Amino acid sequence: MNIIVCIKQVPETTDVKINPETNTLVREGVKSIINPFDVYAIEEGVRLKERFGGKVAIITMGPPQAEAALREAISLGADEGILVCDRAFAGSDTWATSYTLSGAIRKLGAFDLIICGKQASDGDTAQVGPGISTHLDIPQVTYVKKVEEATEKHMRVERLMEEGYEVIDTPLPVLLTVVKEINEPRLPSLKGMMKAKSTKITVWGQKDLNLDPQGIGLCGSPTQVVKIFTPPQRTGGQILTGEIPEIAEKLISAIKDELH
Amino acid sequence: MDYLLTDEQKMVKELAHKIAEEKIRPVAAKYDVSEEYPWDVMKVVAEAGLFGLFIPEEYGGMSVNVMNLCLATEEMSRACGGIAVCYAASALGTFPIVLFGNEEQKKKYLPDLASGKKVAAFGITEPEAGSDASAIKTTAKKVGNHYVLNGLKHFITNGGDAETYVVIAMTDKTKGARGASAFIVEKGTPGFTFGKKEDKFGIRASSTRELIFTDCKIPVENLLAREGMGFIVTMRTFDMSRPGVAAQALGIAQGALELAVKYTKERQQFGKSISSFQGVQWMLADMATEIEAARGLVYSTARMVDAGIKDVAKESAMAKMYASDVAMKVTVDALQLFGGYGYMKDYPIEKYVRDAKITQIYEGTNQIQRGIIALALIREMAK
Repeated sequence: MNIIVCIKQVPETTDVKINPETNTLVREGVKSIINPFDVYAIEEGVRLKERFGGKVAIITMGPPQAEAALREAISLGADEGILVCDRAFAGSDTWATSYTLSGAIRKLGAFDLIICGKQASDGDTAQVGPGISTHLDIPQVTYVKKVEEATEKHMRVERLMEEGYEVIDTPLPVLLTVVKEINEPRLPSLKGMMKAKSTKITVWGQKDLNLDPQGIGLCGSPTQVVKIFTPPQRTGGQILTGEIPEIAEKLISAIKDELH
Repeated sequence: MDYLLTDEQKMVKELAHKIAEEKIRPVAAKYDVSEEYPWDVMKVVAEAGLFGLFIPEEYGGMSVNVMNLCLATEEMSRACGGIAVCYAASALGTFPIVLFGNEEQKKKYLPDLASGKKVAAFGITEPEAGSDASAIKTTAKKVGNHYVLNGLKHFITNGGDAETYVVIAMTDKTKGARGASAFIVEKGTPGFTFGKKEDKFGIRASSTRELIFTDCKIPVENLLAREGMGFIVTMRTFDMSRPGVAAQALGIAQGALELAVKYTKERQQFGKSISSFQGVQWMLADMATEIEAARGLVYSTARMVDAGIKDVAKESAMAKMYASDVAMKVTVDALQLFGGYGYMKDYPIEKYVRDAKITQIYEGTNQIQRGIIALALIREMAK
């Protein structure tokens, strides 16, 4: 089974700082890690490879230092890493990013399965995975929490819902985005770490992918970030006390007051 | 301090650190109470490939490297001295086969030990043969194609949980120490059973049991080296493993220091962190300096062993003795810095004191180590 896992390097903190002038994430001085949800995607890819044979290729789009994320993915059992990196890709929104990544996937050749984490911990959009499947015109199943069955041609997966889950049959190739319930990622192995150190990382830029210049980077990005701000903290609210019927009355009258 | 580690050594350290923080620290207190063997952690250690650090590549390991073994043991001991010794004791049980096994023995036993599918143990101590190893009473009598073992080993780390044992028994009592031989004994061999599991002061995640041999028949192929080589096998094994015990002590001390620094920064008295008081600062400074001195000794010894320098008895003894004495002092001081809270089992620090104590005792008490050091000094002077 030829498996591709798309990952993103993110800052190791949930407290992301934003540059107020450019409205972009401030990456300086923050340690970078593989987006936590993508680690589950890597693990699932490696597990399927161990079951069916084949290989796991990791793709990431990002600055040159994102190479470290690819090497870490190799230490976790992946076979190769491709860094999609070019100044021309800078400023991409989720649409341009998924277009660019789908170009890299096409160049990589035949595949059976693409796995992504459900969303990145910095942007939280959950759009790039579905975007890639749209650009490649293949089916997608998001929020996958379990692969029930898999053959070379077909898969039955469980899709996490707010209450319960859906069971979905899909032909391959397919794109899955996975949630953390799907597995428990392994730690790297020494052999994996050594392999990661010596493996050559492929770097592809705009010239290698031959993408439509209008579709990439800032100009390929329909999203315009007008303003990013931290919403004001909620104030304390009001705690009603007393017997239950009494509280209910107070609550209803408070709501009525608020509406008028 | 920068010890100029190679890339490989850095990887080992980083990986063991990750295992320690993510998989060992969260369960250290649980296993300290339950005294169960930490199979789930051993599985993680095995999958990470750390059991390969004391086994040659041709038998499924990474290569025999005492420095790597020390780094891994130190990092894991920072989080739990008990779980770390389950790992290190397997190295102790494996070294005799690595050092003295013939090709068939290595092929038969090492791959499963390298993958961590099985763990090993080493059995020399007996109720009446502790520091005086020549007082061993367990016998191995050759009968046809077999040796028949009779006797009792006790205080055997990994006893009962290990699958592969290297046991020292007397093949010729009349020859004293030269009459001892080393044997590989597999768990499940008829006549080989286990006694009670010891209820210990510290390192409670590790198992310590008696090995009981009652007319236990093992094939002659399980003899390591030759008859009469038992003590040489033991001494060479300890030369390799003693830096590992020192590294365990070092890790316990380092772990206690880290907890003490963190606690003294958080703990407020008289309106400020107690770490701002000179009395506390001087204690922390001494602890850190002694640990660093011990680390220098341990790493230097490990590097000597890896460089193939034959006579490391003195340095090995110094490293083990000094690092374990430092561990005892540092852990007691760390508990002191925690004050009354440190005395409570709700806080992790009292466990470090209990875990540290054994490092002054096993693999040769520190009194025996001082004897080895003094003897070496006197010999050197006589040259």
